Amino acid sequence: MAIPSVGVKMDVQHLSAFYGEHRAIEDISIPMADREVTAIIGPSGCGKSTLIRCLNRLHETAPKTRVEGSVFLDGDDLYRLDPTVVRRRVGMVFQKPNPFATMSIYNNVSAPLRFNSRPSREVMDQTVLRALKQAALWEEVRDRLDSAATSLSGGQQQRLCIARALAADPEVLLMDEPCSALDPIATSKIEDLISQLKSNYTVIIVTHNMQQAARVSDNTAFLYLGKLIEFGPTEELFERPKEKLTESYITGRFG
Amino acid sequence: MTRGNPFRAPSSRKRRKVSKWGDRIFLALTAVGAAGVIGILVALVVVLYHGSLPIINALGIKFLYTQTWNPYGNVYGIVPFAIGTLLTSAIALLIAIPLSIGAAIFLTQHAPTWLREPVAQVVQLLAAIPSVVYGFWGLIVLVPIMRYDVDPILANVLGWTGWFSGRHIGLDVLTASVVLSIMTVPTITAISKDSMMAVPRSQKEAAISLGATDWEVTRRAVIPYARGGIIAGVVLGLGRALGETMAVTLVIGNANVIPTSLFSQGQTIASLIANDFFEQETPLELPALLEAALFLLIITLAVNIVARWILARFEAGRAVGAE
Amino acid sequence: MKFNRATRRKLFSHGMTVLTGATVVLVLIPLFWIIYESAILGASVFSLGFFTQNIPAPCSPHPGVTCSTNGVGSAIQGTVYLLLLAALWAVPVGLGAAIFAVEYGGERAIARVISMAADVLSGVPSIVAGMFIYALLIVYYPLLVFSVISGSLALGVIMLPIVMRTSEEALRTIPHSVREAALALGISRWKTSVRIILVAAMPGVLTGVLLSIARAAGEAAPLLLLDNGSLHPCMSVDTVCQSLSLTIYLGATSPSQNWVSIAWGAALILVILVLGLSIVSQLVLNRTARKWGQVG
Repeated sequence: MAIPSVGVKMDVQHLSAFYGEHRAIEDISIPMADREVTAIIGPSGCGKSTLIRCLNRLHETAPKTRVEGSVFLDGDDLYRLDPTVVRRRVGMVFQKPNPFATMSIYNNVSAPLRFNSRPSREVMDQTVLRALKQAALWEEVRDRLDSAATSLSGGQQQRLCIARALAADPEVLLMDEPCSALDPIATSKIEDLISQLKSNYTVIIVTHNMQQAARVSDNTAFLYLGKLIEFGPTEELFERPKEKLTESYITGRFG
Repeated sequence: MTRGNPFRAPSSRKRRKVSKWGDRIFLALTAVGAAGVIGILVALVVVLYHGSLPIINALGIKFLYTQTWNPYGNVYGIVPFAIGTLLTSAIALLIAIPLSIGAAIFLTQHAPTWLREPVAQVVQLLAAIPSVVYGFWGLIVLVPIMRYDVDPILANVLGWTGWFSGRHIGLDVLTASVVLSIMTVPTITAISKDSMMAVPRSQKEAAISLGATDWEVTRRAVIPYARGGIIAGVVLGLGRALGETMAVTLVIGNANVIPTSLFSQGQTIASLIANDFFEQETPLELPALLEAALFLLIITLAVNIVARWILARFEAGRAVGAE
Repeated sequence: MKFNRATRRKLFSHGMTVLTGATVVLVLIPLFWIIYESAILGASVFSLGFFTQNIPAPCSPHPGVTCSTNGVGSAIQGTVYLLLLAALWAVPVGLGAAIFAVEYGGERAIARVISMAADVLSGVPSIVAGMFIYALLIVYYPLLVFSVISGSLALGVIMLPIVMRTSEEALRTIPHSVREAALALGISRWKTSVRIILVAAMPGVLTGVLLSIARAAGEAAPLLLLDNGSLHPCMSVDTVCQSLSLTIYLGATSPSQNWVSIAWGAALILVILVLGLSIVSQLVLNRTARKWGQVG
């Protein structure tokens, strides 16, 4: 297992997750490097979505679910903390953009503030501005912050969701196949975004698109049938994979 | 064995503490609501049973087969009212079923799509009209029509059956049944319509490709498939009819006897309670009325549960067989 | 034209189409008939005063005597008090039960048990609900047995399952993704349920409340037992007051002509109320279904 030379922000140790009796991921250990992008790749059903949903404790909100193992964030065991606290430190962007349909753009981005900390109007304005700029959406919406979130295109809605997640000031940003519902142009905008985000946040991205993983990530983990097959710096994993299975997947022989 | 991360100092970001109390109180409050719903259902049975104890102890099972209701003689039997209830409900269904199913067939098989939902919703307005309005209208408008126009015809044409004997004053079992049938139609129509709409296109296409006419498709493909739902709708309608009070009590004639013809004045369990509640002359009369209420509760609950069970089985069967 | 078997079948089919179309018309006749009678006979007593003045003494017109059809002011007042008190307890309990079933029950068995209990409860005849409250209060609080309060308790029993089921349906239409989005932002569970999910489902919830109010407004059977006998304006809710639905019953069981006319006025008010609320709620429900299709 390759240990990154920079600090480890999120340390997954021997993590297993269950849906009822079915074990979706088994004994996974991955150190996620601070302020780097870690990609999780693998064929459908390999457990990558389950894994990422364990990192912000969303997995347990489904019925009959169970988790074994630990996830450490800067030394804090996430499974000993209050889940709500965990989710304020670890944000998530979903596969299908899910802005709050009944709220305006401004209210969507400021939602984590309005519900969680209730700061002054000034602080909210500043945070919304900062978040929209970080999500590369500010220029497009600056004149219509009060219009409905649903008036945006798919790609814009996804960037809105990124802004919303960033407004909560997380330490880690999880992205579960953020581009799979988007067209190529929107996708490339978000990929550019990710490269900028990592200067401030630790990003963990699940993707079924290997080229995307190769483009945006610093480290890559390859999962197959719930197990971690290989983990390492992206360039090494793609050019000199250590496992046969990894090589087969990368060369497109399955998945 | 787990260990902490050796590489990183704890985060220095300040986070507000999250209180668990909001979630806990909220869970408690909503649980009270849930318990309330179930609790009221249970309380209904328990309280009515408790109130009927004096008469249960006095008469026991005789209440269920005694054919007279005479408070002064301390004779209390549910039979006349059970018969009145069953008779009016049965005739109401006899009238309502063909009308409702016919309407459902037209709406789902023949009406243009844009017409279907609006008309269906208008039919549902029948269910919104209050029972007392039905009763009032029935009394003032329908009763004279029954008495002077409809009943004579029925007596002439069908008198030989023995069901249309005796003087007809319009306030009778028949009129009550007619009013009940109108009130039952929306229930049966709604569920039948939904059931027929759930018939997969493939079923109909199979019949059409064999050269069946529209009616034959309906009769041989749609209705058999939707049968479970239609039956559930009928049983649910029955449940409604059994409990109707105001519409019935205003037109049924309020006679606490077993009806001998459709022109007889009669009484249902519900109308008995409404009618006799304020005439409690003897001490056992109130517990008797409470026991009647308990009896009505149990049969309507049973009918309701059966209807929903049939509906659930129908919908489950559909899901299994769906393409 | 060959009158063979095939033609006969086709003709029969056409005949059945016409017949089923006729049943639709037949079924709608009573609806329009009742609306018509209520409109004609009810509107004849309508005036501004009809809504504010109280029920007059009973009388039937004969030579030398004119009868007044003053109004149903006291009845409207009584009905309003009844509905307010009933909603006061039935809406929170029903809504709470719905939230519990959806948020905490989810797909589990407990959610289905609560839904089923509400469905079964909705089949309870209103007269039985009245007897239930009577039997309950006569033991624990005899002073209140005949009052607006006890009437409202019985009406609440009728309203409760309607509120619960419609709220539950409304909450369940909100997609899972909304809940996940809120939770992923670190919003606490109760705030997600109340300030995000419930707020989004509010049109459907309000519709359910309106429908339950429409239903309760028309109920007469429990009031016949529990809140019966007064003609005067409502002095306090721990006594008996008049109500619109009982005004109709009064007119139906009284030989006095003016009371019959007043009853038609009350019937018209109720018919307009329930039809109006039914139509409004249908429109609201159609609009809400469309809105959630625009996300993503």
